[in-house]
Amino acid sequence: MDELEKIEGNERVYSLNLGPQHPSTHGVLRILLDLDGEYIVKADPVIGYGHRGHEKMGENRQYKQFLPNTSRMDYLSGMLYNHGFVLAVEKLAGIKVPERAKYIRVIASELNRISSHLLWFGTYLLDLGGITPFLYAFDDREQILDILDAISGSRLTYSYCRFGGVSRDVDMKFIEMTRAFLKRMEARWVDYEDLVTKNVIFIHRTRDVGVISLELARQYGVTGPNLRACGVAFDVRRSEPYEVYDRFDFEIPTGSKGDALDRYVVRFREMQQSCRIIDQALEHLPEGEIMTPKVPQKLSPPKGEVYTAFESARGLTAYYLVSDGSPGPYRCHIRVPSFGNLNVLNDVLPGTLVADAIAILGSVDLVIPEIDR
Amino acid sequence: MGYFKDIFNGGLSLIEGMGVTARRLFRPLVTVQYPRKKIPLSSAYRGHIELKIFGESGTHKCIVCLNCEKTCPSGVIRVQGEKLKEKGPKTLTSYVIDFSRCSLCGLCVEICPTSTLKYSREYELVGETWADCKIDLLARLARQVEEMEAEKKTQGIAA
Repeated sequence: MDELEKIEGNERVYSLNLGPQHPSTHGVLRILLDLDGEYIVKADPVIGYGHRGHEKMGENRQYKQFLPNTSRMDYLSGMLYNHGFVLAVEKLAGIKVPERAKYIRVIASELNRISSHLLWFGTYLLDLGGITPFLYAFDDREQILDILDAISGSRLTYSYCRFGGVSRDVDMKFIEMTRAFLKRMEARWVDYEDLVTKNVIFIHRTRDVGVISLELARQYGVTGPNLRACGVAFDVRRSEPYEVYDRFDFEIPTGSKGDALDRYVVRFREMQQSCRIIDQALEHLPEGEIMTPKVPQKLSPPKGEVYTAFESARGLTAYYLVSDGSPGPYRCHIRVPSFGNLNVLNDVLPGTLVADAIAILGSVDLVIPEIDR
Repeated sequence: MGYFKDIFNGGLSLIEGMGVTARRLFRPLVTVQYPRKKIPLSSAYRGHIELKIFGESGTHKCIVCLNCEKTCPSGVIRVQGEKLKEKGPKTLTSYVIDFSRCSLCGLCVEICPTSTLKYSREYELVGETWADCKIDLLARLARQVEEMEAEKKTQGIAA
């Protein structure tokens, strides 16, 4: 550790590597912390450990060959990323999607959003030292994975959406399973409120910790539940409705202070809102086709560019595709929410305690491979 | 006064939380003792690909069009065929997949013009060498045909 110790003037600053193998950094994130005693003076996130070149991969293959990659950028909300990419290519090529497929996509996406939030819920409390909610959350998440497995054949890397529809139709069994899940969760929310939300230790651990001010959130491009916790009701599903989100009645939960507790409450209530969307979508699920006929196997969209934003579990995510008329995109760029959500820590962490660093880091819900892609 | 109120509220919230855990004690187990007990696979399960056996011919319908090989994003599939007959499609001589590179996207299954590819239901695929990851689908097919015939025989005896 000698080499890490620096002396700057009279101040003794100690450098500490948080990660890349720290169990609370979820993935491979390294944060260089400069400490003054127990207090953080400077925080510098180092990214890139999980770089696989997904954007470049998108550029040297056909559009449909990129489908399996989409779920691997953010492995916790694979369906949402899959859905977003399909939306972008459909906009680029002008493909119409049958109503039934749209509803199925929305149901699958919202289920995936709940599963992502549940995993965050479990692991965040695990970071804070509570093991029990983690096990409960994983039990519930398992139900979602079973439902999505029944329709897509995969538990995490779905690759379920296709240009012009979805790959498999849903049956009565899926609808029953989803309804049973929604019913089950109603009782679970009460349990979680009793176990976690009302817990005094948890509240003391998170209240006024890691406050992201609205100004700071704007500067760094923080989106998703982290921005909503600051009091801004910004959600792509509401501000630029894609697919059929404009037909559903749902609230956008917001916080007020932007601290870790607000972020927790916003995510918690968001899961309940997702349940509401699924309930409405199941009710109005139309009959009909799930695939538009005559979508060519080798899709060559006309020249042009497209930018499609969607709300992933972590915030505003977007695909920017440029087509030169060939079967693969000329440029494929992905805007990921975690990048902004991570870099805001540059300004949030200084001045806090080392022990709080984990509570703050967990509360912004980072998926590092999505930043590195 | 605030101090004692905090202690009281804290204790209360702890008891409430313990109540949730206590209720859980009387619920059935959700875990499965895996190697001894297995849960059924979903009907959509995507395992590695295999050749489908068609009832009428007792074999696959591969025409060596190489569509699966071309569409695979990771170069998993190697198909070889020979022109045995004057007319008609080529005959399949070798179909090998390198499962270590497969991302199970299913593009090959969707593009197959004769729908002779399907997902297998295998998931215990541990190997010790790279060679274990290479799966010869023709050998697998021959094995499956053999098994089916043996099953038919035993059923015949039973009947």
